Formats: sequence, structure tokens, C-alpha cells
Amino acid sequence: MNVHAKEFNESARRYTADLHHRGWIQKALDGYYAKRDEFKSRFQSWPGARNLAAETKWEAINHLDRYLDEFVSRLEARGTKVFWAPGAQEARDYIVGVARQHQVRSIIKSKSMTAEEIHLNDALGKEGFEVVESDLGEYIVQLRDEPPYHLVFPAMHLTRQQISDLFHDKLGSEPTNNPEDLTMVARRVMRRKYCAADMGISGANFAIAETGMISITENEGNARLTTSLPRIHVALVGIEKVLPRLSDLALFLPMLATTGAGQSITCYNTLYGGPRQPGEPDGPEEFHVVLLDNRRTGLLADAEQRDALHCIRCGACLNVCPIFKNVGGHSYGTVYQGPIGSVITPHLRGLQDWKHLSQASSLCGACSETCPVEINLHHHLLHNRRNAVRAHPALLEKLIQAGFVLMMCRPALYQFAASVGRIAQPLQRLVGGTILDPLRAWTKTRSFPPLAKKSFRELWRERQTT
Amino acid sequence: MTNREIILGRIREALKVPAPHPAFQELGRADLPVGPDARQRVPTAPQKWLPPVGKTLEDQIELFRQNTEALKVDFHVCANVSEAIQHVKKLAAEGGWKKVGRHRGELTDAVARELSLAEVQTDRGYAVTDLESCDAGLTECEALVAQTGSVMVSAPSAGGRALSVLPPHHVVLARRSQMVPDLTAALQHVQEKFKDKFPSFISFISGPSRTGDIERILVLGAHGPKKLTILLLP
Amino acid sequence: MKISLFIPCFVDQFYPQVGMSIVQVLERLGHTVDYPEAQTCCGQPAFNSGYWDEARVVAERQMAIFRDAEMVVIASGSCGAMVKVFYPELFHRHPREAEARALAAKTFEFSDFLVNKLGVTDVGARFRGRATFHDGCHGLRELGSKKPPRQLLQRVQGLELVEMKEAETCCGFGGLFAVKFPMISTAMGEVKCASIAETGADYVISNDSSCLMQIRGVLDRQGKSIKTLHLAEILAQT
Repeated sequence: MNVHAKEFNESARRYTADLHHRGWIQKALDGYYAKRDEFKSRFQSWPGARNLAAETKWEAINHLDRYLDEFVSRLEARGTKVFWAPGAQEARDYIVGVARQHQVRSIIKSKSMTAEEIHLNDALGKEGFEVVESDLGEYIVQLRDEPPYHLVFPAMHLTRQQISDLFHDKLGSEPTNNPEDLTMVARRVMRRKYCAADMGISGANFAIAETGMISITENEGNARLTTSLPRIHVALVGIEKVLPRLSDLALFLPMLATTGAGQSITCYNTLYGGPRQPGEPDGPEEFHVVLLDNRRTGLLADAEQRDALHCIRCGACLNVCPIFKNVGGHSYGTVYQGPIGSVITPHLRGLQDWKHLSQASSLCGACSETCPVEINLHHHLLHNRRNAVRAHPALLEKLIQAGFVLMMCRPALYQFAASVGRIAQPLQRLVGGTILDPLRAWTKTRSFPPLAKKSFRELWRERQTT
Repeated sequence: MTNREIILGRIREALKVPAPHPAFQELGRADLPVGPDARQRVPTAPQKWLPPVGKTLEDQIELFRQNTEALKVDFHVCANVSEAIQHVKKLAAEGGWKKVGRHRGELTDAVARELSLAEVQTDRGYAVTDLESCDAGLTECEALVAQTGSVMVSAPSAGGRALSVLPPHHVVLARRSQMVPDLTAALQHVQEKFKDKFPSFISFISGPSRTGDIERILVLGAHGPKKLTILLLP
Repeated sequence: MKISLFIPCFVDQFYPQVGMSIVQVLERLGHTVDYPEAQTCCGQPAFNSGYWDEARVVAERQMAIFRDAEMVVIASGSCGAMVKVFYPELFHRHPREAEARALAAKTFEFSDFLVNKLGVTDVGARFRGRATFHDGCHGLRELGSKKPPRQLLQRVQGLELVEMKEAETCCGFGGLFAVKFPMISTAMGEVKCASIAETGADYVISNDSSCLMQIRGVLDRQGKSIKTLHLAEILAQT
């Protein structure tokens, strides 16, 4: 078992035993479910919307070269500097380069999972640049020096008490039990940073090909401030964020809000199409868009799982996943948690190292059912399992599976095995739950049923003869 | 080979193998027709799936009112400019405003003239510290969107990027004729108005700034304005 | 109609009464039931673990056994999904794809068969008690079978059916997942059992015996007296 799989198991063991944490997450999500369902029901047809969203992303991803080129040429026509980054290193180097070239001292950042993916903050920090996360949840986990818990709700695992202690500890603020007061602490800190920062870094939710704009969705206003006041704006955008037309946002913005946060629409949805244009009162002097591949084209080449690139990063699949709810976001050890993370991480970081995430699923399908763009998430977990086995079968498991096939192809052998089971069962009960028990993985926490005295086959035969 | 060529090359190579289109069944979905590669199929308009909007302007204004109320926006229909001015004066008194940020415009000029407060006009640029210390930001807008209760602003229509997000109270002056039914119409509006010469900044504002990052409890005024007032003039 | 039974391996060995209940119900409705004795397993354990070549060997055998069947009824949602949804995928672009699709087309999970194929919701069953229904994930999401079990249970005389909050939440069985990740599986089982207990029901019913194995396992360790029954067992009661 590789180190990542071991860490996952250890973390899962700790978190599943933490009933308080499990209850906390469940309570947070119950609120989300109610609001999500309320806004879903307002759609004239949610299935119709899903179908259209799936078709639109299919169109975008399956013509990605065309739409990316269109996106870039329109951006560049308005004075944007576009950098194509084949990998994480190139993207980091470019952004560090821009910061150095402009003698940037402080950098303010709005939420970007893509930036997490390439460890951008670390790279900038190493070069001596101060980077502050402006999104409240991201700021909190940044102060705690821990990764985001959830790709949409980074601090959902923390209580107000923990946050108050954190702010008191790191910022010297007065301890308080009031979420509004705590938010105001962050607001005051950030306002100074927005006004003083030389460079703002953002992600993007969508890249509109037709008009050459990025679209950023947020509730707090921190992304708007990050991209309005500093003289340089750098946007890091995964190549899969493309939508063909501006009008596509009319569908995606409400859907993203509904499944992502249980809102009818997110507070700010902003389109950025260039640096400050002639006649505009403010805005950055320079606007850089860094287009990131970083193995997305590898996933693109897998036609069976290509639709995983349709993901709009809403986080809905995490919110319905019983594994996520019980092991928590940190157990995954990845930038992208939950079902989408389990599907794509093997493609982005290596199958053999990350196949365990695809195995840690009961394949219930709640993720696929909720996905607004109809990604066949749980079937892709099966595909990952198959691919992992094909590339690198585990000898012991292969032998066991061969034994299983042998048994199931020979009814006599199968029935013999069942008879052995019947004899062995009382013995198993003697050692039940101990190290000697072969069923220990089950019997440690659950009772195991007795084999029936007579199998269905035997009962049937008896019935036929009478 | 440039980076662009590398990435586009990878993409083109990858796309040589087609992926099944969601409207046609290859595997699993018994309810879809089996079909070939559907590259030519263009998706249809979303209006029939999205929440309904009323047919008349009055319906839409009512829908806008309901939506903005739910979003905790302070929305008022004003019979004329004088009423709007009175309303803003009241807000200024209640909020103890000393300084207001704004841009030049027909409606903002009319209102600001009567406020007799210190002003920061953003049109020709401004010092950030000046705008940061304003108590309110007064803007016009591109459109009001009935379906979502949103205000659509842009750099030219709202005095730049920061005016509508930095001061703690954002006041929008809009005309009835600016009400559009849905996001599709709003986006169409900017495409028709600007054609190819888009502003660098267009935003849909749906309520005062908010966060739920602390225990999922709603707090207003996270970074952007804590209050949003929309005044609808004839 | 002559109906061929597909009895999953764990029903054969652990819950034969479920199979027998299906026989009783179908015969009561006037049909002839056949059980091809050569059958063993649908192949899902190999398939779910990623061993598709091995699964194919087992599946081919089952396909041959049921080739001449007119109609196939399966006693479990998860095996039903294996045949109806995953056999076509397993044999996609394979010489025997048509055969796999043919079997998928004529195979039905038990409740789906009664309600949608036979058009029957009242099978003349009587069972007194307060019960809640657990939706097995495969039956629910792969086969789309939300209503049929409830439509059948609502016609059972004397049965009070209450819905639990987490009816559609996975119980945590998931095949080998239950033993590969026992701590997660158990946590999921606990959430399910808490939801069951909240309803005050004396019985929890499901159309999947593997789910019932998991739920029973957790309930026993919690010392709860709530009983677990398969849908077929309830419907067989008169």
C-alpha cells in the first residue's frame, strides 16, 4: 500500500470515529440540502437544465482547441497578456516572473483551486512575496496553515470558537462568539491589503470563448476587490473552464449557485475582458491570463472519462457523498476532494498512487445523480479501478479473483465451498472479532449472518420432488 | 514549438477519439436514443428550463421586488427623481454619511447635486484612500434582471470597478426601461450595446456582500457593501 | 408466463427464504417459475474490483444459462443492475455484445417486474407492523426503481409504511468496500441505522439482501430489536 493510501486509511479511521465531527458536517449539509432543493424546484425543469448543461460542456470540451484559440485571440485583442502553461512549473515560473518584473511587494489573492493545485502560494512565498488569501474561508485555513476542507466551503469543519481563538492568536483581535464580529475582523484586515497590494491573483469559474472574458463567481466581493485595485491582475485558468458563448452563462450561473451553495444566484458574478480600457476610471494596468494544462489533456485523451472535464467545480458531489461526509475533506489529501477528486486525481497525479480513492467508494451513485453537468462520476470510479488493475494487477488479489472465477464456473465447486463454509462457521464464531478471524474486517463492528442450513438450490430441489 | 502549439497539439491529438454525446446513448442510459457522433448539434436556449419570469413589465418588476427582498436588498419604486432624492437623503442621514463616491451621469448628477456632501468622482480616476473612506457609492447601471433580482453594472455605467464594491453602502439609480426579464436578455443587451468594444468589467450584483464561511451562518458585508439600495425611477 | 429466477449467490447461501418468497408470490399470481440450477453468480465482485476480464468469464456463463429464458427476475437490485446496466458495458464492442443487451433487456428486479411488467401492485399480502423502506443504491439509481417497492408495500394489508430521512443514503455495504474500508462502511451503516431508529419502525424493508446484511449487522451490535426483512418476504405473507 503506498503512502497516500496509508494516510487516507489512517485519516479515515480517525474521522469516522469522531462522532462529533460527523454530526457537525451533517448539520452543515442539512442546511445546504434544504436550500438547494428549494431553488432546484423553481426551475421549470431541472432535468432539462442538466441535459442542456451537459450538452454545452460536451460541445466546449470536444472542440476545446477551437474555443481556446477564440478565447485567447479576443482577450489579446483587448490588451490581455495570455500565457499558455503546459504544466505547473511553467505556470508558477511565469507568475513569479511577473511579480519580480513589476517589483511587486504584496499580493492579494482570491479563491482559486487551480492555484492550490500548482502550489502557487508556496512558490511565491519562497521568492519572498507576501500572499494573502482574501476569501474568508481560505484566509482562515491559511492562518491555520492547513489545506481547504472542501473546495467550496474551505472552513466548514471549524467552529466559531476555533476561529475566534485563531484570530486572537494570529491577529490579536478580541475573542468573540459572534460570527459577524469575526467576519468584520477579516474585513478590516483585508481592506488594508486590497488598497496596498500591487498584484491581485484570481482563478476563474468560466472562460467565455465568444467574447474573450473570464467569469468569476463569489459571494463576498473579495475577488472583485482583488481584481479592481491592484495594478496587476493575474488570472489562473484551467483550460477546461471554457464555455462557447456569453449566453451560456444564463444557464450556468444559476445552476452553479443552486448546486454549489444552495443559492438562487451567487452575490457577484463578474466578467473580466481585459486590463483597464481607455476611458475607464480604474482597473489593472496589466491583465495576465495563465491557461493551465497540467495533465488535463491527459484526461481529455481518455475518451471514456473525458466528461470529467465538464466539471464546473460546484462541489455538489462532495455534499451528497456518504464517504465525504464520514471521512471529511482532509482525509483525501488532495486539492480536489470527494467524488470528482477521486475521479480526476489519478489522471492529474498518477493512477497507481491515487487509485485507492476510487476504491474507497460504495458506488452508490449519489454523486452522478446530483452533478449539474451529468458527469458519470461513479462509473468513472469503476473505470479507474479497471485501469489500475490492468496496468498493475496485485498478485494476491489476481489469484483470489481467479479462484472466484473458477468457483463460479463450476457449480460443484461452488457448492462444495458453501459446505465447507457451513462446517467452518461455528469455528469462525469461536474466534469472532479476534486476529484469527478471517472475517474480522466485518465482524469487528457488525454481526455476520449464519449460512442457511439449506441453500435456495436445495430448497428448490426439495420442492420439485414433492 | 511554442507553449501554445504544445497544448493545442495535445488537445488535437486527444480529440481524435470521439467521446459519447450526452443526448445519445452508447452505454447504460436506456432512456436515450442510440445515435452517432453529434458534433453538429447546437444546444438550445435555456429559458424553458430556468425559473419562469412574468410576461409583462409589471410582472417582472414584481418578481424583481420579491427576489431582491429575499436577497436583503433595499428596493424602492420611486414615482419621480424628487422621491429618489428624498430617499437617498434619508439614507445619508440614517447612515451619518460624510462623503459619497459617484460617477457623472444623468441620474447620479441629479441626486448628488441635492445631497451637499463631500464627493469623490471616479470618472477621471481617483485615489484609493479617498474612495475607501467614502460612506456610500452612488451609481447607475446597465440593467436590472427580474429573474434573479440582480443589478448588472459595467465600468462605463457604474463609474469603474471599485465604486460599486468598496464603499459600505451601494446605491443604484435605475430606470424602468432598464428592467430585463432574465440573464439571457441582460447578456444580449451588453452584446448589442457594445458589439466588439466590450468594457473590461461587467458584473451581476445580487444583494449585499455576504459569507457563510463561519458555521454556515449568513453574515452581510463580508468585503463588499453591507447594504445595497436599488431605486427604480420611471 | 414462464419466469426464470436469477438468484444471487448470497441469497442462495444466506437468504434462501427471499428466493422462496419470490417463487410463492409469482406462483400466487398464476405464473410458472423456473430456476436454472447451473447458475452461480452475476460476476459483480470481480467487476467492481476492476477485474473485468474475469467478470466477463462469469458473465458469459450466466448469459448462456439464461439465453433461452423468456423473462428473468432477479432477487436483488445490485445484481439486477449488474445484468441490466453493466453487462452491456462489460461487453461493449465485444463479439457477444448483442447477447448481453438481450439478457439485459429481459431481466428485471423483482419489484420493478411486478409493478411495471405485470402491472400488479396488490399481491394479496398481509403483514401487520410499522415499517420503513431502505432504497438499495443500485436499484434506486442504476435501475431507477424508487416507486415500485413503495407501491407494493402500500397495498400490503395491515402494514404502516413510514419514510426515513436517509432512505436514499447508502447503507455502506458496497460489496467488497464493506471489508476493504470497514471503518467507513460501518460509519455509513450507523448513519442509516440512526435514521431507521428515528422513525420508530419495528421493521426495515429493502429490495436488496446485501443492504439488509449490513443493516442487520450494525443493528445487532447496537442491540436494537428492529427486524430486517426483504420486500419479497413481506409480499409472500398472507
